[in-house]
Amino acid sequence: MGALGRLIRTTAFKLSLVYLVVFSGLTLFLTAYIANNTAELLDSQITETIDSEINSLSDQYERGGLRQLVSAVDLRSRRPGASLYLVADSSGRTVVGNVADPPLSILGLSNGDTTSVTYQRLDGDTGRRYDAVVRVFALPGGFKLLVGRDVSEIGQLRSLIFGASRYAIIIMVLTGFISWFFVGRSVLKRVENMAETSRRLMSGDLTHRLAVKGSHDEFDNLALSLNEMLDRIEALMTGLQEVSDNIAHDLKTPLNRLRARLEETLRRGGEVEDYREAIASAMEEADNLIRIFDALLKIARMEAGSSGDSFEPLDAADILDEIVELYEPVVEDAGGRLTLETARPLPLKGNRTLLSQALSNLIDNAIKYGQPEGGEGLSIALAGAVDGEEICLTVTDNGPGIPEADRQKALSRFGRLDEARSRQGSGLGLSLVAAVARLHGGRVTLGDSEPGLKASLYLPKA
Amino acid sequence: MRILVIEDDSEAAAYLVKALDEVGHVAEHAADGEAGAFMAEEGVFDVLIVDRMLPKRDGLSIIEDMRHRGDHTPVLVLSALGQVDDRVRGLRAGGDDYLTKPYAFTELLARVEALARRNRPADVETTYRVGDLVLDRLSHTVTRADTEIPLQPREFRLLEYLMRNAGQVVTRTMLLENVWDYHFDPQTNVIDVHVSRLRGKIDKGFDKPLLHTVRGAGYMIREAGPERGGEAAWARSGG
Repeated sequence: MGALGRLIRTTAFKLSLVYLVVFSGLTLFLTAYIANNTAELLDSQITETIDSEINSLSDQYERGGLRQLVSAVDLRSRRPGASLYLVADSSGRTVVGNVADPPLSILGLSNGDTTSVTYQRLDGDTGRRYDAVVRVFALPGGFKLLVGRDVSEIGQLRSLIFGASRYAIIIMVLTGFISWFFVGRSVLKRVENMAETSRRLMSGDLTHRLAVKGSHDEFDNLALSLNEMLDRIEALMTGLQEVSDNIAHDLKTPLNRLRARLEETLRRGGEVEDYREAIASAMEEADNLIRIFDALLKIARMEAGSSGDSFEPLDAADILDEIVELYEPVVEDAGGRLTLETARPLPLKGNRTLLSQALSNLIDNAIKYGQPEGGEGLSIALAGAVDGEEICLTVTDNGPGIPEADRQKALSRFGRLDEARSRQGSGLGLSLVAAVARLHGGRVTLGDSEPGLKASLYLPKA
Repeated sequence: MRILVIEDDSEAAAYLVKALDEVGHVAEHAADGEAGAFMAEEGVFDVLIVDRMLPKRDGLSIIEDMRHRGDHTPVLVLSALGQVDDRVRGLRAGGDDYLTKPYAFTELLARVEALARRNRPADVETTYRVGDLVLDRLSHTVTRADTEIPLQPREFRLLEYLMRNAGQVVTRTMLLENVWDYHFDPQTNVIDVHVSRLRGKIDKGFDKPLLHTVRGAGYMIREAGPERGGEAAWARSGG
């Protein structure tokens, strides 16, 4: 079995086989149909010929009696490719004709029917018997007139047609097998290449891709879409890798700090008050860890898209009002201004808590990082507007902003600017905003408000 | 107060029971869902603390059963799942409040005490009084020493919530949830600023402050200073 067995099990082989059988059958049918119709046509032509010969010969007989008939038959039977003629007397003896040894039983039939017989020729090869169709006509005086036509040509034609079709079928089968062999082998080869690549992928090396021949056939299309899928999987895997690295970093750093502080306290000893202080700071660190963990979980849950069932129709203008109401005193206490300018209504479908948290994170960020350099006061502007099919909520500050090169990183999943990493807080604020936007089918962009950062949350309008 | 703690983590439960006992409550512990459901049926508890994921029986189903029986004992649901949907599910099952693990004991205590008062007359009273501070829920007016204090609507709701829980610690998260209906923690101290503004309006110019900060826990409105706040309770129970 082995290679041949695999070749036989291919779809190409099965298809070739089906086509072969179907076309062979069709060829056979066509051949038989043509042969049969041709034979029938020839048969009826022969009968007609015989009839017209008999008619003309009987005319000769009526006009000139037996003598004229005999001379006419004699004349006709000498022509090349002549029909068969025979005039016999009542005892069955041949008077004139070109047929030797006619079966006497035939001459007995004089009812006008055509009959198939075998005969021998007087001219040429006398040992051979030929097939013929004959008709016997009784003449007065016991004479019999036989007119016939050789039909071996029809037989030859028939065998010629069948012979040709036999060759056709043999050639068809042969080319079928050859084409199946080559097509099957090339298909098998490509499939095996794919299988080999997927085995390599399964063993963990995600960088491999399926070969694309550039022939735009179905295999190329398949390979292209599989490659696209692999790109996506690889991106996800890389993302996962980054995520776990970041989680490790984000959680391990404070854990390490926590442990070091406790260890240091234990080593140094001291008064109850020292321990109390150490415990309080450890708890603070633990709370921070919990915050980071919560943020990570929340983002992960949103990335998995599992909060969608809590969506309800909302007016984003109300959400803006409420968040401004919550933050206004804080910004004012920090010596800044918080302003809101919004169109109404801003209808959308979403989750109020998540959208509020996204805005709250943006405002928190503006308070934390958006303080302008040099005595100027902090100014945070919230805006809501309808932008085509989208609703755009923006939070703009007048601080230093984020350099263009760093903006994408600040937004990317778990991507954080090193500056933010070292500061207090989960540091996942913008990532969470981006996750909220994605969950709502929207997006976040960071822009420059010269000076300051302009964070825009685009959400689909309801 | 008699409190039933249904929690499968025995160490956490032991700590919780001890801490609740030390602040003057009587706490009992059930280690799995079936035992918890059985004890809850006695109907002698003022508040139930129920973990969501329990061996033998799901925490939420215990609450659903209680509500079917017409038992309206307040329930605080504890859960490691803290997402928006989980919260909604917990409350829909009949829980009265939802607290995500890990939690601070002060937060839990404040919530349990707030729950216990939920079914008391405070809810139907039309005026709240703390010392000479009077809040009229019908006319939406606040007076201190017979002088009307004009408040913003949100400040009014903030004060209303604090006064309904007068003498009890109210945490920042509780305020965010109950006054603003926000179920997330802003990274900035937004609540502190709101409370300090309110304090500026109701306490400024008066000899006796009513709105107190309880360090490490939250706020409390009462005539005298906070003698038993979250911090004190923490220090005693934490040992």
